[in-house]
Amino acid sequence: MTDTATTPERRRLTTNYTPVDRVFRGSMTAGALFSLVVLALIAAFLLYRGFEIFSDFGFSFITGEVWNIGDPMDTSTAVLGIGAMLVGSVLTAVIAILIAVPFAMSAALFIEYYAPKSVRTALTALLDLVAAIPSVIYGIWGYAVLLPIVEDWSVPLERWLDFIPIFDVPSGIFGRSPFLAGLLLSLMITPIVTSVAREVYGQAPRDLVDASYALGGTKWGAIRNVVLPFGRSGLVGGAMLGLGRALGETVAVYLTLNLVFDINFRILGSAGGNVASLIATKFGEATPYELKALMAAGLVLFLVTLLVNFLATVIVNRSRRIV
Amino acid sequence: MTTALAPTAVPAQRRPWNRRRQTVVRSGILVLASLAISYGLTETTELGGILGFYLGLALCLPVLVFAESIRHGWNVAVDRVAASVIVAAFGAVLIPWASIFLTVYRKGSKAFHAGYLTEDMRITPSSDPLQFGGVAHAIVGTLIMVLIASAIAVPLGITAAVYIVEVKGRFAGFVRFLTQAMSGVPSIVAGLFIYATVVIFFGGFSAWAGALAYVILMLPTVARTAEEVLKLVPDELRSASYALGASQARTTFRVVLPTIASGLVTSAILGVARVAGETAPLILTASYFVATSTNLNEPIASLPIYIFSSLGLGDDNATTRAWGGSLVLLIVVFVLFALARTLSTRLSRK
Repeated sequence: MTDTATTPERRRLTTNYTPVDRVFRGSMTAGALFSLVVLALIAAFLLYRGFEIFSDFGFSFITGEVWNIGDPMDTSTAVLGIGAMLVGSVLTAVIAILIAVPFAMSAALFIEYYAPKSVRTALTALLDLVAAIPSVIYGIWGYAVLLPIVEDWSVPLERWLDFIPIFDVPSGIFGRSPFLAGLLLSLMITPIVTSVAREVYGQAPRDLVDASYALGGTKWGAIRNVVLPFGRSGLVGGAMLGLGRALGETVAVYLTLNLVFDINFRILGSAGGNVASLIATKFGEATPYELKALMAAGLVLFLVTLLVNFLATVIVNRSRRIV
Repeated sequence: MTTALAPTAVPAQRRPWNRRRQTVVRSGILVLASLAISYGLTETTELGGILGFYLGLALCLPVLVFAESIRHGWNVAVDRVAASVIVAAFGAVLIPWASIFLTVYRKGSKAFHAGYLTEDMRITPSSDPLQFGGVAHAIVGTLIMVLIASAIAVPLGITAAVYIVEVKGRFAGFVRFLTQAMSGVPSIVAGLFIYATVVIFFGGFSAWAGALAYVILMLPTVARTAEEVLKLVPDELRSASYALGASQARTTFRVVLPTIASGLVTSAILGVARVAGETAPLILTASYFVATSTNLNEPIASLPIYIFSSLGLGDDNATTRAWGGSLVLLIVVFVLFALARTLSTRLSRK
């Protein structure tokens, strides 16, 4: 060996695909981009069908709280706005999140850290199973079982808390209220929030948990100081996934919420709104012009849920990358 | 130099983390005590019903636990209270689901009679006595739409998964992101989109339109599950195939995909379970028809719409039919689910 020996140039590794592989890779790419095509087409067609509404009403379609077709023969007499429905969607979804998140956190902690190992897989399977209960069944159950219970509960709740505006019910009519719809939605989204939370809690660094025990900490100490801070962003992402689902839910809300075109934040009264169930409610007897308005409402709903899901995906993915 | 080792006694192995009988007895007493107190509360105050009972329980169990364990110090007390709250909250989560299963079973089984699964509603108004009519038309309709949708969505979903895992193309991250975005599309928007295109162009509700709406909802589920399964295939298998001179296409179709065949079936089943209960998109696409039909260009019945339309009538018999349909739908979804679960455990054992 002499000192003059030089290290050879590093070779560039290239792959030359055969024609067969080129066709294969090309067709897989084309197939994979199908979902992009679908998403683009959804936005394009709803915009195309609903464009007249946006140009007629402009921004007041989003903020207006009146839904009046006027003279069916004369579209210029119509006043259409989904403001009340948008507020109602957000209100019910927020109620759902506020109820679902603490329970989902507890359920996730129970499955990961308190339940005996032998039932852990069974509980995870149960979670997946209840996540698959169809929304129409939640709806029929909510109407038949949950509605009378919530009605009973709304009366004392209003009596004790009516100094807080959102609990006040001047009309005295309870029943198919935003609170009922939100409670039902919270049951529907609990499985998804729980499974995301369970996943991130399960990934909490074992050595830090053990270190916490070794310092004489209790189980709750380890959870509070290690597991919960570690899983915070994952939990936020899971909650936003649930939020997206709650915003877009149709049938369960249709059956448990009284649609009223009036922006209000009184959660116990029998008046509320939801964009998705507006579409289902009005679709049957819609005039051609109203149908265009429903398309426009669908576009708004599509964009809002897309945005929420986009944020949720980014947050969940970021929390996974840390691991 | 030798040192005599003193025979040290090996300490008996202790397992301080195991539950001791004393602890079990103590928590039993606490639970019983709070049960008694919350029963007393429901009797004497406005907290009524099973929900009131549970709320009372959720309030007094932590208080009792705290009072009992504070003698061991603050940290222990907080730990035990946290444990009791978490267990109680988990129990509370189970109650509504148990109630759903029980209610659907109890009310739904009333609608069953000998011909419930073989008759349709052709000559039976929903308000007729319950021994007439059935859900055959709805089952056939759901089956037809699910089959068409699977024929389109399963290959597309697997293609997306193959692109991400096997081809590892430039857009892999983007495609995965798109699939996730697509899974968030509200089902009513999917229905509205198919209405705005297929239904308007072809001039009416049809089984085709319903199936296409299903495709949009099914595709993300299939793609994501298939991706998870594809990742399970060990790289050695691919390398071995390449080393034998196989092309990537051949490796994928003859080695990778056959290895995980049961996993791909699982992904298809989960996709079907996802859409079988969808109601909202069908209102806008397939609508409803009372007779058993296999005509793809006409409106067609489905289980969710059968439930939905019977429910809207307000008649007692019709409502019972809605519960009967719910029971059938719930059983269908659960059977699909059990099937998927069995297949995937068999795969992971392999």
